[in-house]
Amino acid sequence: MNLGPHADFIVAAYAVTLFVVAALIAWVLLDYSAQRRILGDLEERGVTRRSRRKG
Amino acid sequence: MAVIDLANPTRFLRIVDRVLPWLIGATVFLLAVGLYRALNAPDDYQQGATVKIMFLHVPAAWLGMFGWALMSVAALGTLVWRHPLADVSGKAVAPIGAAFTFICLVTGSLWGRPTWGTYWVWDARLTSMLVLLLLYLGVLALYWTAEDPGRGARAAAILSLVGAVNLPIIKFSVDWWNTLHQPASVFRIGGSTIDPSLLTPLLIMALAFTLLFVTLHLAVMRNEILRRRIRSMRLMQAQEVHA
Repeated sequence: MNLGPHADFIVAAYAVTLFVVAALIAWVLLDYSAQRRILGDLEERGVTRRSRRKG
Repeated sequence: MAVIDLANPTRFLRIVDRVLPWLIGATVFLLAVGLYRALNAPDDYQQGATVKIMFLHVPAAWLGMFGWALMSVAALGTLVWRHPLADVSGKAVAPIGAAFTFICLVTGSLWGRPTWGTYWVWDARLTSMLVLLLLYLGVLALYWTAEDPGRGARAAAILSLVGAVNLPIIKFSVDWWNTLHQPASVFRIGGSTIDPSLLTPLLIMALAFTLLFVTLHLAVMRNEILRRRIRSMRLMQAQEVHA
């Protein structure tokens, strides 16, 4: 594939897009595992939601 | 299942857990096909190979605007219908929409240098797109800095509705003002002006980016529901300690 005389601009555009999308995905995954961990810790300590409590 | 059933966060989480793997698979598949078609598309007769930037720039621009439209609908849900998931949805869209708008601006700038001879001009289309990014950052600031989440959500919802005025300005800026940016060439009366050899990969990439957007949106909504659950559990715990 020949990208011509402006190859640097094309490669930079694809690299920036890849970086931003990868950062977004990494943030979502790390945030998910952090929330699950905190939720697990709270449940282990016996903290429950109001809706889960028996009247 | 009625739409109202989705108002239950627990049910919503169950649906998201079931749907996400399929969405991820479809997104990866379409992105692979789209990128293959984009990178092997013929050069434009005027712009040469730089036309390959279009396959990133145009879908990112569409989704930056789509994100704000979604946020405006969510804002109505928050302010008018008080739908429990509306604010979750609005808050989840903001960082994704901001990221796609940022991609649009950077790739547009990188496309502009070899095509127009400049990275940036303060013309209507470019400026209104930059305003969209600043509005996204404003909404994020409201969500992230408000001490009372409910208050932050209402303020963000109002800004979302006010900011929606910018969407038609972006869309019609190329018709209303003199601009370096080309007029609409895909969705226009009289049909697309783009050759099918470039239009097909563009539409595949647009679909792939849209699936990526939807997948990320659902995943961020799931995180936000869990975060709110944790917050309410901690509040319950604090109330018990003080009782």
